[in-house]
Amino acid sequence: MKSAQVPESDAFPTRRYDLVKEFTIALAVTVLLSAGLAGLFSSPNVPPTTLASWSTAAPNDFTATAVAELAGTSTSAQYGPPYNHVPGAGQKIGPLGLQRAAGVRIPVDPAEDFVLRPLRQAPEQPEVTAALAQWNAASADQQQSWSSAYADALNKAPDGDPAKAAPGDYGPVPVLTARLLTLARAGSLDGQLLSPGRFYQTAYTKPMLFLADGLYLSDRATEQHLTGAQWGMMNETGNYPGQAWLWLSTFWYQIDPFKSSKNADAEIWAIMAVLSLALILVPFIPGIRSVPRWTRVHRLVWRDYYRTRR
Amino acid sequence: MTSSWTGAVRRYALRRLPSEKLIPETQPVYMASWIYVFGVLTVSALVVVLVSGGVLALMGPGWWHVSGVGRYVNSVHLWSVQLFMAVMVIHLWGKFFMAAWRGRRVLTWMTGAVAFLVSLATAFTGYLVQQNFDSQWISGQAKDALNATGIGAWFNVFDFGQMLMWHVLLLPLAIGLLSVWHILLVRVRGIVPPIGATAPGDGR
Repeated sequence: MKSAQVPESDAFPTRRYDLVKEFTIALAVTVLLSAGLAGLFSSPNVPPTTLASWSTAAPNDFTATAVAELAGTSTSAQYGPPYNHVPGAGQKIGPLGLQRAAGVRIPVDPAEDFVLRPLRQAPEQPEVTAALAQWNAASADQQQSWSSAYADALNKAPDGDPAKAAPGDYGPVPVLTARLLTLARAGSLDGQLLSPGRFYQTAYTKPMLFLADGLYLSDRATEQHLTGAQWGMMNETGNYPGQAWLWLSTFWYQIDPFKSSKNADAEIWAIMAVLSLALILVPFIPGIRSVPRWTRVHRLVWRDYYRTRR
Repeated sequence: MTSSWTGAVRRYALRRLPSEKLIPETQPVYMASWIYVFGVLTVSALVVVLVSGGVLALMGPGWWHVSGVGRYVNSVHLWSVQLFMAVMVIHLWGKFFMAAWRGRRVLTWMTGAVAFLVSLATAFTGYLVQQNFDSQWISGQAKDALNATGIGAWFNVFDFGQMLMWHVLLLPLAIGLLSVWHILLVRVRGIVPPIGATAPGDGR
């Protein structure tokens, strides 16, 4: 399909064609359709989850998550760049580790940012002050030992209820997490996790990471068919079309080897980058650029032309 | 009269795109299919998207959560985006099967393909700035993909302010410029002739 073989369009006979009229009719149709569909179906608006609503609806999940933050075992604590330095963390595309190369540019220390700082900044009760002092005076190993033991005890307790946890050496952890739960349920933690010391702010990185570490958010997502296994990337809440155009990106997550790969995100987005580039460069790709000639779809589009040419 | 840069630009523009090519009243006879309608439908849906989004921008991102009229305008924005994406994809497939890049029209294809990809990014950031559960969940999932490729270190999907700026300024500006460029290229080169067509009078 060399350009030299394609005649100029103005070499062909013409017929009257009113572009402005066509656009006006098209605009009227899209306005009417958009307005009509909006009137009929509205748009989804499921309220966001707040730290207050999470801690009220699922206090045991909240507590377990706070303990995991102190123990350094939560998803956020183990995440790596761009949030924190974690040896070995970060996805790779083959040998290429772009996640690590980008570095830690949005620093997040989950134990400090999600639990300890909010407790220090809240009006302190004597037992919380003492618990914080005990935590700060302990070695990292001791802190890890207390929080891991408490996490295990909560795991074994009926419904993960802290009140039903077996007695043990948990140090100050139960006091700290119980106080954090109280702050969260009162609504004050939502504000405290935003960037401290600034009045105007727009970044919700810390509260979102904390929320995402718990199970409550993903449970709500599952109810709304939004999780990865439910092709959630192309869904939205309720019975709305969602981002159907992301079907191909979602597709890769459903199949092996990506379904079970720890580098799935990096690998899939590398594939999508290549495919996107291929879309842009279709006219230059041998084989792909010849598909229109091999198929008969163009005979349908230009059937009048081909019929009269015969 | 001495030559000026302004005059040179005007002469170049008029030579490449005289008014009869920019807003023609005729088209080649082979332009006779419903598939041609989807290009203009894409432009018209984009107009509805931009106008409804403009009203939402006028009133601010929180308005549609507290106002019935705002909710309706948000719904118009949502459904016009759905229409825009649907007709654009049909337009794209149509142009693929017409091999519409032939005859020095490669740049027309490429600007259209980039506009499609930028539209995906614009719709994605739109979902992020809704300030509801969808925004929370989509940002929570998307961060992993963006972080895995290193992009997340600079493009923080949890930063509502950054995402709002991308959604209402940078990406619409890119789509607008790409769309104008794309349409001007269509007008400059004209409608691609059918595959295998020869010019009338050409004995090939």
